[in-house]
Amino acid sequence: MPENSHQLEAAQKMSQEPAQVSRNIYLDSFLTFFKIGLFTIGGGYAMIPLIEAEIIEKKKWVSYDEFVDLMAIAQSCPGIFAVNIAIFIGYRLRRVKGALVCCLGTALPSFIIILLIALFFHQFKDNQMVAAAFRGIRPAVVALIAVPTYNLAKKAKLNRYTFWIPIVSALLIWLLGVSPILIILIAGVGGYLVGRRGTRMKPSDKDCAEQKNGGKK
Amino acid sequence: MIFLKLFYTFFQIGLFGFGGGYGMLSLIQREVVYNHHWMTAADFTDIVAISQMTPGPIGINSATYAGYTALQNSGADQWVCVLGSCVATFSVVLPSLILMLLISRFFIKHMDHPAVQSVFKGLRPTVVGLLLAATLMLMTAENFGNPFTELFGKPMGGDPNDTFHFAVSISLFVLTFILTKGFTVGPFKIKISPIKMIVVAAAIGCVLL
Repeated sequence: MPENSHQLEAAQKMSQEPAQVSRNIYLDSFLTFFKIGLFTIGGGYAMIPLIEAEIIEKKKWVSYDEFVDLMAIAQSCPGIFAVNIAIFIGYRLRRVKGALVCCLGTALPSFIIILLIALFFHQFKDNQMVAAAFRGIRPAVVALIAVPTYNLAKKAKLNRYTFWIPIVSALLIWLLGVSPILIILIAGVGGYLVGRRGTRMKPSDKDCAEQKNGGKK
Repeated sequence: MIFLKLFYTFFQIGLFGFGGGYGMLSLIQREVVYNHHWMTAADFTDIVAISQMTPGPIGINSATYAGYTALQNSGADQWVCVLGSCVATFSVVLPSLILMLLISRFFIKHMDHPAVQSVFKGLRPTVVGLLLAATLMLMTAENFGNPFTELFGKPMGGDPNDTFHFAVSISLFVLTFILTKGFTVGPFKIKISPIKMIVVAAAIGCVLL
């Protein structure tokens, strides 16, 4: 019997093949990531609400839990956050070929747009209309990132022993400029240690013990 | 040879560019402006402005533009410059591609191992924190406007003429939050996709700001 419900869920997830295989998964995933790349304005985090809407809710290519884990991975790896996420989801769908297709789909829209600007519109950044449109887009994008923060906080099943973790880590990053990679490393090691102490106890006591350990930290 | 140098430089930037696009920008600046002199500091400022104003990850935008400008300033033909941006973009993505393929393979294989599970159990609450920090760091005068000359006796360096811009920004923020999160009125569920919301915000910006 699996030791806890999360492992059971993970095992079930693995046994299912990626859901909703459409006419041509390569074309479909390319176009989806192309669309996401086209509307990712203001850095990698702006991609999160788009992935939530297109890939988790509409296409159901990855589960929400898997996506949360993926964000931690993508953030602690070097390189471009949005590209890292696309590569992982592509790999999950169709291994190496899928990863290449999704990576290309994410990178291509910005590549084409910047190339067009460099070739033909040197005055782009001085255009009043463009500047005005982006003054409208920027606050909206901040809200678009605030919504997944709120959703994730609700879905992360934070309890009275763990609720301080997101607040403290956000303040460390925001006010003290601590690197997110350091926070991820500490949290990963912490999770591993708590888990290891948990397995030494009786399985039925495990969740309870984890909460106690979490409180002590 | 400039293409090899471009490849090597942007591969390095992709490999050591931790912490998202803005961390990468300072790396690009150091390499491209100070180490290789492919462009002036003013060119680089243009890159930052254009990367922020166009869709797409900032890392890709700046690599594409930097590759083009580097060759243009060395006096190359227009289409050779295009090749330069291809090389720069490809090489900035390549390290991610290699690393993420290895990590994805490992993760999918060992996902249900208890040790891996407990590591991710520890990570999940911090991911909420990472997102919260990203949201807070975007709450800047640049994104919202700043009408406050002083606040609680502290000088804020704002401009009172910015009040309208600030009010529209805050309204857009609240409107986007409510509409894309979704809510129900009686039997109707109202929820707007992020893409539609961006288009609406751009239109409002064009008309009002």
